[in-house]
Amino acid sequence: MIRLTVNGIEHTAEPAGAESLLATLRDRLGLAGSKDACEQGECGSCSVIMDGELVCSCLVMAADADGSEITTVEGLAPAGELHPVQRALVEAHGVQCGYCTPGFAVAAAHLFEREPSPSADDIKEALSGNICRCTGYGAILRALTGLAGEEP
Amino acid sequence: MTIAHDFAYLRPATVPDALAMLADHRGAMVLAGGTDVVPWLRDDAITPETVVDIKDIAGFDAIDVADGVLRIGPLVTFSDLIASPVAAEHVPALVEASHTVASVGVRNRATVVGNICSAVPSCDAGPPLLVYEAAVEVAGPGGERSIPVLEWFLGPRTQALAEGELVTGITIPLPGAHGGCYAKLSRYRGEDLAQVGVAVLALPGNDYRVAFGAVGPVPFRAPAIEERLAGGGPGDADPAALDALVDEAISPIDDVRASKEYRTHMSRVMLRRSLAAAAARLDGGGPPYGEQVI
Repeated sequence: MIRLTVNGIEHTAEPAGAESLLATLRDRLGLAGSKDACEQGECGSCSVIMDGELVCSCLVMAADADGSEITTVEGLAPAGELHPVQRALVEAHGVQCGYCTPGFAVAAAHLFEREPSPSADDIKEALSGNICRCTGYGAILRALTGLAGEEP
Repeated sequence: MTIAHDFAYLRPATVPDALAMLADHRGAMVLAGGTDVVPWLRDDAITPETVVDIKDIAGFDAIDVADGVLRIGPLVTFSDLIASPVAAEHVPALVEASHTVASVGVRNRATVVGNICSAVPSCDAGPPLLVYEAAVEVAGPGGERSIPVLEWFLGPRTQALAEGELVTGITIPLPGAHGGCYAKLSRYRGEDLAQVGVAVLALPGNDYRVAFGAVGPVPFRAPAIEERLAGGGPGDADPAALDALVDEAISPIDDVRASKEYRTHMSRVMLRRSLAAAAARLDGGGPPYGEQVI
């Protein structure tokens, strides 16, 4: 039995074996915003914030996450609202098929929390672990550099 | 979600507790950051009956300097190293290598010790630890021992740790004034294994240390290259002779990431550029650490 505080709400779960935090979030807690793609830490689609740090939730064993505070894409903004990075992505058309978008949104939100006006290079470095298979990087970068008040 | 096999999950609070668990459960797998171990477990690449998570052991997350030695605990992540002023001051080439490891989300979990315990031939911590002449501090049933990194890597995914032993840290004798460089060939920023890794240390008096990763079964030092370079400036060695020594030192493979020929060519180029950068950094110039030379 583990305890997790996810988006401010306490949960308990009984993960099995090497079950990942990602699997617990999606399959046991019904939070399907974090996506299950490579399961190797290569694509960033499962990005969540764990005790203040960006992590690939597919690489965290759920048992190891016992007692931690997690923010998923569902918790970036209050229900019905958008986080500024989400709004920027919408306005700049930084979304194509949308599968990678939750991971980009979480990684970008984490960056902007620590650094409100990141440079274009800061943004590229912070998002280097997120892959967009539609290759829509230009629009994503324009969205986030625009939010930062920078040129892409 | 398919979980093919289950295991006991233990979290010792002290080194003696951890050693007792490793003694009681033969074949137990130690878990630190988990960025290798978790996917291995999930894919049944390893099937231990016990997993010993060392995250509760006090002091294992420390980077400190005492008696002329820098010590890196087994829970120190690549992000910790990047954020550490002590590491930046004493082992800048290891910090430079840390920047090239995967991405922020992975670096926040992946540990330096875990990287060399996994011991893949392309591990980014290997070449810099070789040129810094680090040692792996180990505790086990027979007491404590210190294994020079030069003797640590035994083969692909194989290192010198014996059954029941636990790594308690990496120690690096403070190198003093030096210029360092780690160059990594990868296809893109983000999660990619090195196709070639080169670490160089330039020490006062035209003394050089050179190590390669991803172009042999283990990361290794290149003594013949170091001897040829000794006593001269980084550009003094005959380029063709240096290239020939690189070709003799490395044994690159062909794989999906890069051909043997490409790895060979880039090993030559990266050695020259890393030497130039390390020598310039020794003199207070050169590109800032973190700025890749390729």
